[in-house]
Amino acid sequence: MLEIKNIHASVEGKEILKGINLSVKAGEVHVLMGPNGSGKSTLSNVIVGNPQYTVTAGTITFNGKDLLAMPPEDRSHEGIFMSYQQPVEIPGVSMNNFMRAAVNAKRKYQGLPPISGGDFLKMVKEKRELVGLDAGLTRRSVNEGFSGGEKKRNEIFQMAMLEPLLTILDETDSGLDVDALRIVAEGFNKLRTPDTAAICITHYQRMLDYIRPDIVHVMLDGRIVRTGGPDLAYRIESEGFDWLKE
Amino acid sequence: MSREARVKNDNTFVRDVANRDYEYGFTTDVETEVIERGLSEDVVRLISQKKGEPSWLLDFRLKAFRHWQTMEQPTWGHVHLPAIDYQAISYYADPRGRKRKSGPQEIDPELEKTFDKLGIPLNERLALSGVAVDAVMDSVSVKTTFKERLAEKGIIFCSISEAVANHPELVREYLGSVVNYRDNFFAALNSAVFSDGSFVYIPKGVRCPMELSTYFRINAINTGQFERTLIVCDEGGYVSYLEGCTAPMRDENQLHAAIVEIVVHKDAEVKYSTVQNWYPGDREGRGGVYNLVTKRGLLKGEGSRLSWTQVETGSAITWKYPSCILQGDGSVAEFYSVAVTNNHQQADTGTKMLHLGRNTRSTIVSKGISAGHSQNSYRGLVKMGSKAHGSRNYSSCDSLLLSDTCGAHTFPYIDVNNDTSVVEHEATTSKISEEQLMYCNQRGIPPEEAVALIVNGYAKDVLSKLPMEFAVEAQKLLSVSLEGTVG
Repeated sequence: MLEIKNIHASVEGKEILKGINLSVKAGEVHVLMGPNGSGKSTLSNVIVGNPQYTVTAGTITFNGKDLLAMPPEDRSHEGIFMSYQQPVEIPGVSMNNFMRAAVNAKRKYQGLPPISGGDFLKMVKEKRELVGLDAGLTRRSVNEGFSGGEKKRNEIFQMAMLEPLLTILDETDSGLDVDALRIVAEGFNKLRTPDTAAICITHYQRMLDYIRPDIVHVMLDGRIVRTGGPDLAYRIESEGFDWLKE
Repeated sequence: MSREARVKNDNTFVRDVANRDYEYGFTTDVETEVIERGLSEDVVRLISQKKGEPSWLLDFRLKAFRHWQTMEQPTWGHVHLPAIDYQAISYYADPRGRKRKSGPQEIDPELEKTFDKLGIPLNERLALSGVAVDAVMDSVSVKTTFKERLAEKGIIFCSISEAVANHPELVREYLGSVVNYRDNFFAALNSAVFSDGSFVYIPKGVRCPMELSTYFRINAINTGQFERTLIVCDEGGYVSYLEGCTAPMRDENQLHAAIVEIVVHKDAEVKYSTVQNWYPGDREGRGGVYNLVTKRGLLKGEGSRLSWTQVETGSAITWKYPSCILQGDGSVAEFYSVAVTNNHQQADTGTKMLHLGRNTRSTIVSKGISAGHSQNSYRGLVKMGSKAHGSRNYSSCDSLLLSDTCGAHTFPYIDVNNDTSVVEHEATTSKISEEQLMYCNQRGIPPEEAVALIVNGYAKDVLSKLPMEFAVEAQKLLSVSLEGTVG
């Protein structure tokens, strides 16, 4: 599904990613661990096409298509979704309006007519219940005044609405208590199918108790230095990253 | 790839955006009777004569003209307004041409087509239900719809020229009573040469059953439009009034100097909404309308209410301060404004709230949105008179910047002359963040649409005050005005 080859990327002239190779297949959940500043978030931003990050070398294909040639919205339409660590607030724009614009942009890309008001509201209700989001939240402005847990749940709600093929969970566990984490992770699990895949960025093992990963990667200084099974995550939890450094 | 590069690459439609986007820029080919350019006492007399006016009105015009001659074009606004050659403008253009003899409501099919194209059907059967329209092109009202139906309730809705002929006592009583011809340079000019506009009278205790609206269109070349609108709402009455305007694209600047006067009696309520979309000029700042307007309401009676809601997206230069004189005790005034400037547009707009009566209340909500190389200023005065005990004002002025080359300015003036009044003022300036844009893009919403969404969200408090049909129009207009601003 996702093929990343020798990606180098920089922010404001400073090279952060120094040759990343990563292959994600349908049905897989990959975990990306690593200390702060190792390049995990940069990699996810490069995948979604954030213009603040400059790719200086390498290729990324998504289901055979050249991802780097696409603007962020087309990457989204092709099925890439990112659950943000700190979702931004958009005052005055209701979640319903925001999602309707997103759903219709995708439908337009697929050559479909805009969704009817009735169908849209039905879809919102169904997905909202799936991820346990309060009805009131979709009428409020995007993320405005949402608690940390509500914001993360709202991200999973948007994932449910857009039905992506590849989801990037960027530190979805940060700032959540155990109950909130469980609800968010359960929502995510309900949305998994054999055709979808995920990359989960985390510092902690506890997220992995809910989301059972297939492959664990460790990043250090802009490179993936170790790839293994779930055991690798447990070892890092107990021993930290130092043993991976030269 | 930087966002700027990207937007420039894929949005071929962004090229010449200003020219393409102004969809009302066409001209109508009608035989138009235009008087010679230039301004003199003879011209004032000629206008009055063409309109068949009584002598008191000619005297009113002449007094104003003589006073105007002693004045100079003001320079205090935060706009670069070039010296206007008032002798190069024609002050009267009648698009009914020679056909006018066929009767006042026999409308030229070309004119009807023009208004159809603007989305303003003049045929009552096709008209939006619940909206009566007075359509004004250049200097003349070409048609007023639903007049008869309104007359059944005693409501007068007609062009001001007709009102002068049919209801002279009302016009004479109120004309110039809120905006004196001495008020300012453009008010004096308008009082001397005003052409057409709307007149509304709501009798005591009558709630107007439909929205009243005037649609102003400039068509003829090298002419100025000097509309005059007068709204009187008698005791306990209610009316919601809408104003819309467009003009063709021309390389020359066109002058629009209007006066709107509103008188609100005891316990009456007037809502005045404007969606101003005069031609803003092209991307380089060539052409466009100079919109130099004096709008003022007198809240004359106890418990009277007036609200101004404006969405300003057009004009090369806007100079406009819809104001309220809160004379009646317990009167309530509101001003809600969204002003958008793009490319080289300049806007200096705001309001004046003059509290004279006791326990009066006013609210000001102003949202400025600046893009391109434009300059956008809020200028507002809140004055609490010595007898305005217990009065309150709340002002909130927000500016949103969409480029690094535009300017947003706030000039609040506060003058409190008693010790029981409360004036609150809040101001914020913000930019659409890269993070907000990226978040929208990640969800599949393209940059242009994302800006429109964010801006509409920002302006929501004001847009929600507009009547439904207008709110939808205004939302679309905001999006169109800002196309090509991501960068």
